Amino acid sequence: MKNYQIKHSDLDGWLEKIIAAGRRVIAPVTEEGHTDFRPIHSPAEVAADDQVQTIQSAKQAAFPKAETLFSYRKEGTAVSLDQPAPESYLQTVVWRARPCDAAGFTPLSAIFNWDYKDNLYNARLARTTLVAFSCQQADAYCFCTSVGGGPGEKKGCDILVTKLPSGKALVEVCTEKGEALAALAPGLFSEANAVADDSPLFAEKQSALAQLPARFSKEDIRRHLAEAFDSPVWREQSERCLGCGACAFVCPTCACFDIQEDPHGSHGRRIRCWDSCAFALFTQHTSGHNPRPSQATRWRQRILHKFSYMPERLDATGCTGCGRCSRACPVDMNLLEHLTSIAQK
Amino acid sequence: MNNWNKQIADMLADGTVALVIGYEEGSTPQKTRPLFCHDAVAAERLVMDGRCTHNLAVYLTKKELLPAEGRIGVVATVNVLKSALQLMQENQIPEGRFLLMAVGPEGKLTELPDAESLRQYIAAHPLPDNPEVAALIEKIDAMSREERWAYWQECLSKCVKCYACRAACPLCYCTRCIVEDNRPQWILPWASTLPNIEWQINRVMHMAGRCTGCGACYAACPLHLPIHLLTKKLTQEINREFGTERPAKGNVLSTFSPDDKENFIH
Amino acid sequence: MDENKAAFEPRIIAFVCNWCTYAGADLTGTSRIKYATNVEIVRFPCTGRIDFMLLLKAFAAGADGIIVSGCHPNDCHYTSGNFHARRRWIVFRGLLDFLGIDVRRIHYYWVSAAEGAKWAEVVNQTVAEIRELGPYTEYKKVANYIEETEAAHE
Repeated sequence: MKNYQIKHSDLDGWLEKIIAAGRRVIAPVTEEGHTDFRPIHSPAEVAADDQVQTIQSAKQAAFPKAETLFSYRKEGTAVSLDQPAPESYLQTVVWRARPCDAAGFTPLSAIFNWDYKDNLYNARLARTTLVAFSCQQADAYCFCTSVGGGPGEKKGCDILVTKLPSGKALVEVCTEKGEALAALAPGLFSEANAVADDSPLFAEKQSALAQLPARFSKEDIRRHLAEAFDSPVWREQSERCLGCGACAFVCPTCACFDIQEDPHGSHGRRIRCWDSCAFALFTQHTSGHNPRPSQATRWRQRILHKFSYMPERLDATGCTGCGRCSRACPVDMNLLEHLTSIAQK
Repeated sequence: MNNWNKQIADMLADGTVALVIGYEEGSTPQKTRPLFCHDAVAAERLVMDGRCTHNLAVYLTKKELLPAEGRIGVVATVNVLKSALQLMQENQIPEGRFLLMAVGPEGKLTELPDAESLRQYIAAHPLPDNPEVAALIEKIDAMSREERWAYWQECLSKCVKCYACRAACPLCYCTRCIVEDNRPQWILPWASTLPNIEWQINRVMHMAGRCTGCGACYAACPLHLPIHLLTKKLTQEINREFGTERPAKGNVLSTFSPDDKENFIH
Repeated sequence: MDENKAAFEPRIIAFVCNWCTYAGADLTGTSRIKYATNVEIVRFPCTGRIDFMLLLKAFAAGADGIIVSGCHPNDCHYTSGNFHARRRWIVFRGLLDFLGIDVRRIHYYWVSAAEGAKWAEVVNQTVAEIRELGPYTEYKKVANYIEETEAAHE
């Protein structure tokens, strides 16, 4: 795949072309001082590029908070089913995601293709193009470098844009989908703007990235977790946990969902919606028995699932170090802090 | 170590209390977070200042977190005291099980062992109304009905149903919430506009006359949706219609007066 | 009244108590009083048993207007159910209005078992007023709306 350069001032022009091409564009938008992904219709709506993160991750592009799996209608003895045609999903561009957003789709895809191939997720993802921007700042909650990512990491991106101090931006195209997006603005990405892999721009890229030394390694965590099932650490860490689903819902890799009916007499639909292992109801049996009876056991599940079970079964880590869970937590459950303390035990 | 930290450390050491719930420094200098102190050493970490905004009363009804024996100390803000008093009035926590403590401006620790002392302390320390909240409510009141509908529709369409508002509220203590009732499925469980509006209406109606106005629901919302305006507005309506006095037992909607006035039933 | 409004037949759901209004509506029938056929009656033991969510469910299911009716104050079969209900409706109405839900579409009445003629009147009046307001499309629009599904078919 090719690399290009573009002027900072031409980025909006490129976005304009993407919108004009009929893509549904989701981008960071600031409302009342808080920035989150929203559908946009003009580059002017996009938030200034001065914040570390959006509140929610980009996973909603392929795994929305609620979606119809199918609808049904019964007339007489005949039953008809109507499934949404994947071709009908809009071509979507996630504009200015972060490398940790892009990294999230690797574990997410692993989960949704583990045994059953989830057609809806796959179809949405196939129609999603991720334009990630390298991170030029990090905050106290970021730890991508501890879980195998980085502020300028391309893995999972369709395009990675790095704004350089010179006023240019390095555009690394990683996939066919990305190439198609660059092709929408031929004037801005001419062959003349192509950049060789050994160009000095790559050295400039390194200097433009946020500095974030690794605090622990995935392997350390996994080794400690192997013996931690009965550790008192779960209760200690989770005492203040309120048992809401904020961490799971803003997480780029949390994939738990519920399936619900929306019946209206002789017709209705089946809906998939987000769910969270932090809820007591998540594991409650019909009998009333709950195999995860306390918040401590639910917190343990969250950590073990991400850092032990997923690496074991899916060869993927369920965390990209984006830190969204810690920022969203109403009681300041800080994942980096908790993981560091586990790694140091 | 502050003098009051020392006092609490002593209480933990000599068994006056088995556990103390308070605040400690958070992840960033701007915030604090709840802390459970099981021993005198942990009491050193306790802090109390203007950054302490979590409503710790939410933990008082979580039996799994509390030791079966002994008293439980709480280093409380006025909002925590108000919620604790409301919980006592609703028979959710027994008087005497908790030793509520307020930290005064000079670090003086005031023990509030029963409902009556709570009532007096709260009366002596009224919290100012938040002018921003009042202004927002006025702004919405001034809109046309269609604009209000558009405003809330847009606002609540963003809700992801993480139920942080419910989890953070000390008065949302039901062991089985109405949203978990599925025979019939009373409130649609997925996150989309109408189910989100229905959820908020239920949350707020169940708070009618009980909400102490601490704002924990809003503070907990990861999307910063202004859902506290709904409870605040409801409280305003209730004060206007039924007065600011609350029944000592029960609540505004579980009681009535034959003289209640309205102008819309014909 | 323009032609569209005349052609629109509002769907009204009435939540009534068993002891007064339901009996009153019975009397309307046995008295052979004619009234609008737009109303579907749901009978409750008492107005105190009418959960506020039922009103929202009625709108979501396609009602254009709602009637809530029970015993006059001091006439409740259970002594105080209607007093409890009255408080609930006062609080609920304020909340709905703040949310921008059209409270003009919810009509509250006291109709006793002896007021067969009043029942016919309140139904006719409600139907006329809702006909004037038109169908409650803005609520129906969100009732089945799922953002992602809609976005996919825009």
